[in-house]
Amino acid sequence: MSEENSHLDALQDIRRMMQRSTRFISLSGLSGIAAGVCALVGAWFAYDWIHEYYVGYGQAGYTNAAFDRLKFSLLILAAVVLATSLVSAFYFTWRKADKDKLPLWDHTARNLALNMAIPLVTGGLFILAMLQYDEWKFVAPACLIFYGLALVNGSKYTLSEIRYLGLLEIALGLLNTQFIGYGLYFWAVGFGVLHIIYGFAMWWKYERNPAAANVR
Amino acid sequence: MAVNNPISGLNKIFDNRIRLGVMSILMVNDEISFNDLKALLEVTDGNLATHLVTLETEGFLKVHKGFIGRKTNTTYAITKGGQKAFTDHVTALEKMIKGMK
Repeated sequence: MSEENSHLDALQDIRRMMQRSTRFISLSGLSGIAAGVCALVGAWFAYDWIHEYYVGYGQAGYTNAAFDRLKFSLLILAAVVLATSLVSAFYFTWRKADKDKLPLWDHTARNLALNMAIPLVTGGLFILAMLQYDEWKFVAPACLIFYGLALVNGSKYTLSEIRYLGLLEIALGLLNTQFIGYGLYFWAVGFGVLHIIYGFAMWWKYERNPAAANVR
Repeated sequence: MAVNNPISGLNKIFDNRIRLGVMSILMVNDEISFNDLKALLEVTDGNLATHLVTLETEGFLKVHKGFIGRKTNTTYAITKGGQKAFTDHVTALEKMIKGMK
């Protein structure tokens, strides 16, 4: 009986080591929730400002100054949202790694970062090129699609469920191509709502009760 | 090769938890550094080094000594022989569990 147990233990050890050495498992669900909340708050501000701009547009007509001001404030907003979501996502993941006594930056984190960076950097450059030609219609769908591709590509190097999040982002991006001009709503859903749902599901599955999750 | 029980096919070399861990990690990573192994297995330098020497002597792993700047960076990879020994061992483990049930 004890011999059988020791064999089972050995097999479980093997499985755990294989998983732990190839996947970055410290990614916290709370990181997803935090990033999602940042995105939603950002979208709310953006909506408000754009609305205000159109009210002014209706009263005073088009002025270069008003449009430039809107463009500038949206750009700053985007940068702030990106920074806060990265910092908060990083914080919760760092906290989880620390609690599990796992290194935050090891070869699994490197693999994940590299494999996500390939589609992300490609997408970023592609979007910049579109803006270069004043082609703004596909900016929002392209963000969602390339981000989704990055998640699908990264899913081999972290919690595999992130693949589904990636597929949903891609689907949302493709759907957005048929509703040009509603990019902000699609962004709010893709970067806000989906992140929160995914983050909550992952937290529920892996972190709510640490003892139950044998994939440490 | 040290097979202690010819019927089960279990490999005595893999009785040790750390050696088994090293082999599991090498099965799924093309190559891995000493420091990454140390962190994953939560062992001391000396302890890990001893087990790595044992596995190298058995011909289960290849050692590659390189440099990152001036710091030495030793990486390890599994050999064909190591892969076979490990797969046989796992198959034996699985058989024994099934047989006992």
